[in-house]
Amino acid sequence: MIEFAGWEMPVEYKGIIDEHLAVRTRAGLFDVSHMGEIFVEGPEALACVQYLTPNDVSRLSPGMVQYTALTTPEGTFVDDMLVYCLSVPDRYLLVVNAANTDKDYIWVKEKAAKFKVQVTNKSDDYTQLALQGPLAQEILQPLTDIDLSQMKSFNFAYGQVAGVDCLVSRTGYTGEDGFEIYTLAPNPEIIWKAIIERGTPLGLLPVGLGARDTLRLEAKLMLYGNDITDKTTVLEADLKWIIKFQKGDFLGRAVLEKQLQEGLKRKLVGFEMVDKGIARPHYPVFIRGEKVSEVCSGTFAPFLKKAIGLVYLPIDSTEIGTEFEIEIRDKKLKARVIPTPFYKREKK
Amino acid sequence: MYPENFYYTKDHEWLKVEGEEAVIGITDFAQKQLGDIIYVDLPPVGKSLEAHQAVSSVESVKSVSDVYSPVSGEVVAVNTELSQAPDLINKDPHGQGWIVRLKMKDKSELNNLMKAGDYEKYLEGLEH
Repeated sequence: MIEFAGWEMPVEYKGIIDEHLAVRTRAGLFDVSHMGEIFVEGPEALACVQYLTPNDVSRLSPGMVQYTALTTPEGTFVDDMLVYCLSVPDRYLLVVNAANTDKDYIWVKEKAAKFKVQVTNKSDDYTQLALQGPLAQEILQPLTDIDLSQMKSFNFAYGQVAGVDCLVSRTGYTGEDGFEIYTLAPNPEIIWKAIIERGTPLGLLPVGLGARDTLRLEAKLMLYGNDITDKTTVLEADLKWIIKFQKGDFLGRAVLEKQLQEGLKRKLVGFEMVDKGIARPHYPVFIRGEKVSEVCSGTFAPFLKKAIGLVYLPIDSTEIGTEFEIEIRDKKLKARVIPTPFYKREKK
Repeated sequence: MYPENFYYTKDHEWLKVEGEEAVIGITDFAQKQLGDIIYVDLPPVGKSLEAHQAVSSVESVKSVSDVYSPVSGEVVAVNTELSQAPDLINKDPHGQGWIVRLKMKDKSELNNLMKAGDYEKYLEGLEH
């Protein structure tokens, strides 16, 4: 067990590779109760969330979820997050990173002061489980009264799982189909046990933080603190798709618009190792002998069976196929920019 | 669990004496700590090593760890099978998962190493 943002969490149960492959080919169950849940409620909740984020929250109707960010006035990240539309225009749920929950809560509360809203941090009250993998629906359906076949990706519904009241969304952090299950119930372990019992004969494994990281990286899902920070803008992180300039004003808009017009100086790209070696966070990165940055995320990808990672490179070196060097224990080893996501599931 | 006739270090290497030579690997405890091993960096044959010098690095999905030579000597063989099957260290850490074979320079250095019983006691201490 390791400590993560104040939570005792297992890095692995059976082994990172087995757990990773279970999620890619069958299913995995994660306890992600460390995630933060912040509610923005009141007559101006929509306007408030619109102001805090670059994506267009007005496109959501109740039951829909959106990936977006909390941006600084500089267009960088306070955090990345999911917004759940509970009721238009007055109730939204922000699901944020564990390590950032307190910071985000203070940020949102402060910025929300000029809107008629109430901001509440209910992170300590919520349990969150994630059931991910191609068999997720088959495993969960007999345990819930929600018709999962009618639930589209990035949608949610209220119902019971194993007899416990929950909010279930078709979302995740693995690149697979799957569900995230939120409950306020005092006995969430009933859900965990029911899913394990039903899923184990189908090859489901419990999954720890280790495989959570390798799964999200194969799918090129961002990790705050590594890939995106308050020093990297949304455009530099190659997340232009979450910016909707036409929606109106939001924090960081002016900077992002200017950056878009002037062009980026650097951008986050995916790479694979050409030489044998595994790049890890903070390893120095060189182009033509000159140090240009450090690895953001890097690991061995268990499904792709190669060493991959993410790094910010000067814009003239971001083209697919560009080779550069990463210093791995005193040796400069060759790496190459490749298309992302590294892994994309086949949609049915 | 830990072979009686092996020597052990606080860094969780094991050493087995075979005449003037020593076979070196990492212990079962070490492989469990590392988890799934995916890459082993092997030294060139002929390399001279001082005791406590890094002889190899063993990389798992979650981390990388140096392997230190328990004694001084010269590398006479490396386990090339680890290039294709690094998980031999997970499957059989004290046998097929050996890493290097050294020609020892000074056998008296073995006196600085732990015997199996001492190593097991050392591990118990780590768990508390």
